[in-house]
Amino acid sequence: MILFSLILIPLLFAALLALAPAAQARSLAFLGMLTSSAAAVLAMLRFDWNNGAVFANEKTFPWLGELGIQLSVGADSVSMLMIALTALLGPICVVASRTAVTERHRTFFGWLLVLQAAMYGVFIARDLILFYICFEFTLVPMFVLINVFGSTNRKHASVKFFLYTFTGSVIALAGLVYVAKFNAELPVSATRESLAAMMQAGGTPAPGPGVWTFDIETLGRAARRMSSTEQAWVLLALMVGFAVKVPLFPVHTWLPLAHTEAPTAGSVILAGVLLKLGTYGIFRFAIPFVPAAFAEYAPLIAQLCIVGILYGGLICWVQTDVKKLVAYSSVAHLGFCVLGLAATNATGLSGSILYMINHGLSTGALFLCIGMVYERYHTRSMKELGGLAAKMPVWSTFMIFFTMASVGLPGLNGFVSEFMCLLAAFQASSAWGSSTTMVEGAMDAGLWGSAGASTVGATHGGLGPWYAAIAGIGMIVAAMYLLLMVGRVVWGPLVEPHGHGGHGGHGGHGGHGGHGHDAHGAAAGDHHDDHADAHGPLPADLTAREIGVLAPLAILCVVLGVYPKPLLATLEGPVNQTVQLIDSARSMGLQLEAPAHTTSPAQGGAPTQGLAQ
Amino acid sequence: MIERLAYLWPEIALFIATCVVMVMGLSRTYATRKATATIAALGTFSAAVLSFLTTPDGGEIEAVSGQLYLASMVPYAKTLIGAVATLLLLTMAGTVDRAEEADIAKGVRSFDPLRSNRAEFYAFFLFSITGLMLCADADDLIWLFLALELTSLPTYIMVAMSTARNRGREAGVKYFFLGAMGAAVFLYGFALIYGAVGSTNLNEIAVAFATGGISSLGMLGVLLSILGICFKIAAVPMHFYTPDVYEGAAPQVSGFLAFVPKTAGFLSILLICGAVGWNYVIPPDGVSPLATVMPSAEGTQLPEVLRLTLWVIAALTMTVGNVLALLQTSVKRMLAYSSIAHSGYMLVGVIVGPGIAADSFSGNGVAAVLFYLLSYGVMNAGVFAVLAALERAPGRDGEPREIETISDLKGLCRSHPMLGWPMVICCLSLLGLPPLLGFFGKLPLFTAAIRAGEIPLVLVLGVNSAIAACYYLKLAFAPLTEVADDADGDPIVAAPFRTRAAAAVISAACVIGLALGGNLLMQGARSAASYTEADAIKSRVPQANAAPVDRNVAAH
Repeated sequence: MILFSLILIPLLFAALLALAPAAQARSLAFLGMLTSSAAAVLAMLRFDWNNGAVFANEKTFPWLGELGIQLSVGADSVSMLMIALTALLGPICVVASRTAVTERHRTFFGWLLVLQAAMYGVFIARDLILFYICFEFTLVPMFVLINVFGSTNRKHASVKFFLYTFTGSVIALAGLVYVAKFNAELPVSATRESLAAMMQAGGTPAPGPGVWTFDIETLGRAARRMSSTEQAWVLLALMVGFAVKVPLFPVHTWLPLAHTEAPTAGSVILAGVLLKLGTYGIFRFAIPFVPAAFAEYAPLIAQLCIVGILYGGLICWVQTDVKKLVAYSSVAHLGFCVLGLAATNATGLSGSILYMINHGLSTGALFLCIGMVYERYHTRSMKELGGLAAKMPVWSTFMIFFTMASVGLPGLNGFVSEFMCLLAAFQASSAWGSSTTMVEGAMDAGLWGSAGASTVGATHGGLGPWYAAIAGIGMIVAAMYLLLMVGRVVWGPLVEPHGHGGHGGHGGHGGHGGHGHDAHGAAAGDHHDDHADAHGPLPADLTAREIGVLAPLAILCVVLGVYPKPLLATLEGPVNQTVQLIDSARSMGLQLEAPAHTTSPAQGGAPTQGLAQ
Repeated sequence: MIERLAYLWPEIALFIATCVVMVMGLSRTYATRKATATIAALGTFSAAVLSFLTTPDGGEIEAVSGQLYLASMVPYAKTLIGAVATLLLLTMAGTVDRAEEADIAKGVRSFDPLRSNRAEFYAFFLFSITGLMLCADADDLIWLFLALELTSLPTYIMVAMSTARNRGREAGVKYFFLGAMGAAVFLYGFALIYGAVGSTNLNEIAVAFATGGISSLGMLGVLLSILGICFKIAAVPMHFYTPDVYEGAAPQVSGFLAFVPKTAGFLSILLICGAVGWNYVIPPDGVSPLATVMPSAEGTQLPEVLRLTLWVIAALTMTVGNVLALLQTSVKRMLAYSSIAHSGYMLVGVIVGPGIAADSFSGNGVAAVLFYLLSYGVMNAGVFAVLAALERAPGRDGEPREIETISDLKGLCRSHPMLGWPMVICCLSLLGLPPLLGFFGKLPLFTAAIRAGEIPLVLVLGVNSAIAACYYLKLAFAPLTEVADDADGDPIVAAPFRTRAAAAVISAACVIGLALGGNLLMQGARSAASYTEADAIKSRVPQANAAPVDRNVAAH
């Protein structure tokens, strides 16, 4: 029940908020967020962190039994960590939007609460359709947040965001339904049969093979029995859906736009949690459902990640819009995250899940920082901002801190997970053993797009040192663009937009917003900004509220950077389980389905030999 | 025959209501005239209740009507028709005679029975619904033809009289001529079927097809029938009239058109496909699909040529509808094209048929179609009710005009929350966004098609859902996120008919409520779609299995 309350509480408060006067909206939203976060904390307290792989607080209600849909929830440690991240960012977003959102309070906070409910729903769902419903329903609130409260190009951004994700997930749904179909066609096992008959009297048959159901557990077990061709197609369908959400190159183009146009709270949620729905989906569905296919195509996925890492990084380098820069850095960062998953070993999976948390913290905080500057100067252009350390020392401290966390400075959280993902990619090579063929092995995987001109069969699912090496370059690029950005914005001579310049020397006074906006009407965007000063002037540097928003994130960045062990320990269970699935699938595949490998599209369809080792 | 009457109670109730409405509409007293709408609503509502209560279940229907297959479809279809018709009737208030009644109320003019249309309008509405219910009952091609025409003829007149402008008349005429052509085509098809089989009774046709195979003549007849009925469901290639007619008619009548003829068409297609049977196998190589086709006990699909035709029609209908809807700025034209697309979705269910797993909702395409008809009826009524409930305040010419473009809907959630929110909810539901009714309507089509192995069709369906998202998104979020620009023209106000707004709210409530508690309805749809052809025919015609044996061997 406690998990259901995670969905219900925000929805309830959203309904209350719709009826309450607009003036109460923010406080009601904050109360709602706090209550749901409290419920999340309660769920976490009741969770047995030593048995991370066990789904706790499981609860199932019948719903649309005719379609095999149940209201079924449960959470393992991965879900729990994602819930924790959601529960942390939710209230922070409400507090952070205090001055940023100045009109249509009910719309903003109401949809923020709905979004929170949907995100919780994704992480606790144990029924595929329930998962899908929540996964899809995150689109509506986010669409509204971007479309109404975004900046200049918000209409285009929101529509692109919606359509990309919607299209992807419809295709993913087709893949998931195919798995359900496969399961329904399996022979009913004897014990299941009696069980099913028993349950039939009560209404719906128990989920199991041979029964039409969307129960994730059952479908996962069934899906692994599919032939390798079927697995490959299902993987393709799932990856189309999840890769758009992550986003992986080349379907990432919606992200920078959506991020740049979204209001601060929207960006934080988008970067902090919504992108993780994709990686979570890969971890929860793509890998356990079709481990053999995932292992087989992991190099291909890893290549997309690496392209994303480098491409995202290089684009960041030439950005002048700070927010866009951070947005593109998300593309690169999520590339690392999926690279860890594609490594298909324990290090990679743990690192990747840790990365989801860490990226949520550091990038979320970066967006908050940028939002705070935007509220004061109404610009995000690096050309108009510089040397803010002189004016805003506290802000600058936080900015540098979170940038370092994002770059992956050892001692802060980003380092741990990024290092783990790289290490995993490095380790995940069966070619490593036979090091003479290492280079060819990497080439065989099509690293440079070479199709199947291969001699060695060292690449069944493994990545290689080359992957890590090239991705490592991405890390350096990340350091370059992020430091360049901080260098310009924080250090150097003080540069402020016109209208601020005259006051700049005095420091410590408010009222920048209005002046800045007047002078920069075109740059600052649309009429939504006109009201930015309704709450009175903001001081030059951060207020106590803003510090209070950033401080918890900063503390967590340090804690997770210094001592990530408890998290890794609790992730061990689910991660090991998943790795076992991959390994057994891989060994089965080698024994039984070697021919399938030779004609796989990943290898360009050209026949290769010597796969059997 | 007298037993037959016993399960026509809903139609009888509707007919009584029709007669009462026609007479009462001529009364000099305003109150009596006004009561016609209530009587009509009582008629449709009691027809729904009667369908639910008095129709015997499968076996007994078979006994009284001789209907062999899809017998249990009747009560479900008729109940759903009655319920949606009641909802649609709520939107119809004040469609005709509005200026007339205003003048009479002012005392400018006195009541003149010759000028009053109100009674006719409601009577035609009820006639059309009666015809629709009779479609579900049909067990004979003649009956089916008459029922289809009883459904359609009143709609031509309703379109023409629904607006005082010439556009409505133009639409009515266009609709009539094209409709007549459609009717001619399927009547010709019926005639060919009769020529091939020697009977107009659907059961006898089914038995003849099952035992003797389908001759080329018979198949041609079936194809022509379906092609003609494509007009009713607004499917490619008979869809051309849709946008013009929907645009020309008053919005509430367009909403009526999107549900009533479409439902009639789908019921007829199901009956005809049911007579052909979904128990064929893919013909072996070297045999022309047009040659005689024999059913087999193992097969789970329509004869290949029919399946292929429907496949192409479905794919084209979805794609044409959605792509052309993208280009529209007029709300009604957009909804017209989208209603074409929705027909395409439902055709997927027809192609799948009862499927391999006929006893489960997820695998039964017929059940999916029946459930989708209900969901589409509700969502569609909601959207058109909102359009009907809004109008531009009377300008200089003193007559209120209906709203046209999407930008007219901007900011509706703020100015008229009781209309804006239903619009948002119903549009998101039409888009197929979970967890609304439209999603659960589309999901069974998805699952049934995947279970039947129609993967390419599912992909077409999926891509089309994504295309549909583009334009539904505009429609759904214009009321919610945009700000009204009052600059151009007269302000948008709510029409002075509360029932229209009520219909919108009820639809929106159903869109959410039926999604959350839809299991019972899905159960109903599933049992309604139980397809008993094989057993019934086998038991009645012992030699049914004897003939096809050779071909079965060849097929495997």
